[in-house]
Amino acid sequence: MISISGAILEIKNLVTSFKIRGEYYAAVDGVSLSIHPNEVFAIVGESGCGKSALALSILQLHKGSATKVEGVIEYKGRNLLAMRDDELNGVRGKEIGMIFQDPLTALNPLMKIGAQIEESLSVHTDMNAAQKSERAHELLTSVGMERPNLVYSQYPHELSGGMRQRAMIAIALVCRPSLVIADEPTTALDVTIQAQILDLLRQLQRESQSSVILITHDLSVVAEMAHRVAVMYAGQIVEIAEVGELFHNPKHPYTRSLLASNPSLESTGEGLLHVIKGMVPSLDRMPRQGCRFAPRMPWISPEAHESSPVYHTVAPGHEVLCGCYEHFRFE
Amino acid sequence: MALLSVEDLKVYFPIKGGIFARTLDYVRAVDSVSFDIEPGQTVGLIGESGSGKSTTGRAIVGLSKITAGKISFDGEDITKYVGKNRSSYRRGVQMIFQDAYSSLDPKRRVLDLVAEPLRNFEKLTKAEERRRVDELLEIVGLGPENAIKYPHEFSGGQRQRIGIARAVALKPRLIIADEPVSALDLSVQAQVLNYLKHIQQEFKLAYLFISHDLGVVKYMCDHLLIMHRGRFVERGGRADIYENPTHIYTKQLIAAIPDPDPEKKDDSMARRARINQEYETLKTMHYDPNGRVYDLRAVSDTHSVALPE
Repeated sequence: MISISGAILEIKNLVTSFKIRGEYYAAVDGVSLSIHPNEVFAIVGESGCGKSALALSILQLHKGSATKVEGVIEYKGRNLLAMRDDELNGVRGKEIGMIFQDPLTALNPLMKIGAQIEESLSVHTDMNAAQKSERAHELLTSVGMERPNLVYSQYPHELSGGMRQRAMIAIALVCRPSLVIADEPTTALDVTIQAQILDLLRQLQRESQSSVILITHDLSVVAEMAHRVAVMYAGQIVEIAEVGELFHNPKHPYTRSLLASNPSLESTGEGLLHVIKGMVPSLDRMPRQGCRFAPRMPWISPEAHESSPVYHTVAPGHEVLCGCYEHFRFE
Repeated sequence: MALLSVEDLKVYFPIKGGIFARTLDYVRAVDSVSFDIEPGQTVGLIGESGSGKSTTGRAIVGLSKITAGKISFDGEDITKYVGKNRSSYRRGVQMIFQDAYSSLDPKRRVLDLVAEPLRNFEKLTKAEERRRVDELLEIVGLGPENAIKYPHEFSGGQRQRIGIARAVALKPRLIIADEPVSALDLSVQAQVLNYLKHIQQEFKLAYLFISHDLGVVKYMCDHLLIMHRGRFVERGGRADIYENPTHIYTKQLIAAIPDPDPEKKDDSMARRARINQEYETLKTMHYDPNGRVYDLRAVSDTHSVALPE
């Protein structure tokens, strides 16, 4: 399922910094990872961990004046960060599709759904009007719209939340991209609709054999969707593994704490949930040296941490940042 | 005797239209629901957006106008006092809101926010008031130095804890918690849930816990009410609902919970497909010809399901 060579996307030492009061602070701090063809790769973490900043950096959707993106993002061998804007526009939407969290703000309220799907075809292909309309109808059917002809000529406000998200997915997939970035695609939806959208994404991914980067805070969604997972904390990947390995053999203290604080996993109602001490530091107060999770587990002796943490391979494809995982125990 | 007893509660919102904005029809947001909450019990009210779960909670504390029905507290009919000041009901029932950002006045210090319910109902000297506020802040894990800060200086989880301190200030016997952890990250959510359990034991509190998150509800509640289209489709204990869901809507809801075991992902996808199919074929059986949910019918001592006779 997962090939070792031939990554479709290769991120090397990515640093994305935002300007706060004239100074740049890294929200994504030295992230390296590779996405293979035909895999669902999940990036999981809490608010402020840098997962969305990472996703937006790939297509450079950050506001340029207040953001600095450094490192290498190689898509099929070409560095996206070295591209001119017009070259990038050839990749955006065509090669790499994007699904945003909130379809109501991501869709244009003044354009009909059909026109929004066709927009991307007009930019990237030389299809004529009839071909575009046919492709749009085909997509609306494949994303599970009950009445594709009706939806084609409706505006976003006429659709329910789940249907809007289906329309977003149709727009992202219209040019048959080889990579789709889905940033919290189901966070705004009800649980039954979430299940429908996740099943749909999985089915479409299998059919199209494209790769998906799934950004989420929800570990259960990761378990249902992903082949491989990266856990992010304070701008860094602290653990990366295949999904079964991560859930059954979590190593990093942060991953273990996160799993222990999930009420869906501890559901007898007995006992208390695990609470992670302290809070995620804000961008300008983030510790830049040593193990960034150390302040959240003060009962672990400082000698357990490395002064400049490196990745340790604990199993094939399973890497953990900082040696403290060997000394971690719950308080 | 039940602490809170709700009988045939209806909340209808008028749909206005035509040239004189006449009332054309009603949205039956809450359509004849009845339930009891015993002292110290945690009752979960579960439903999707638009199911009427929040309106039910808001009607109980008087934030939505009751169209018909009866609410009794401690055996006393208090329907006409709901939403009125100075009643003992107002002290006994408090609310925690979903959004801790918009439910705290940004211009007031924590001291004033937490002391507000005390000032409304009790005559305290400045020193006594300060002592009570410090106690309350300590219960939710915030130090006394926080009393002079403003809401924007706190994180989301801390703000929600300030909301909890406010709600428990008058030692209520029932708290309506409307999606109290939905806006919070997992680790922060765990902390707030633990505090809710802790103060429940400390104050012998009952909760009406309104949520769409079936994982959280399973962890928190011993008794569950499943709401759909303004009515209850099923009610029962934790085991009744999670292990033996009977109404087709509840089955769909339970099947939609993502399975935290990655090995089971294909099973759960197949199960959902099967249940969605079942829903399509059986939905005429589970709803009356107008699409309305049937009345609840007991299938065991603890378990009732909305099925036709």
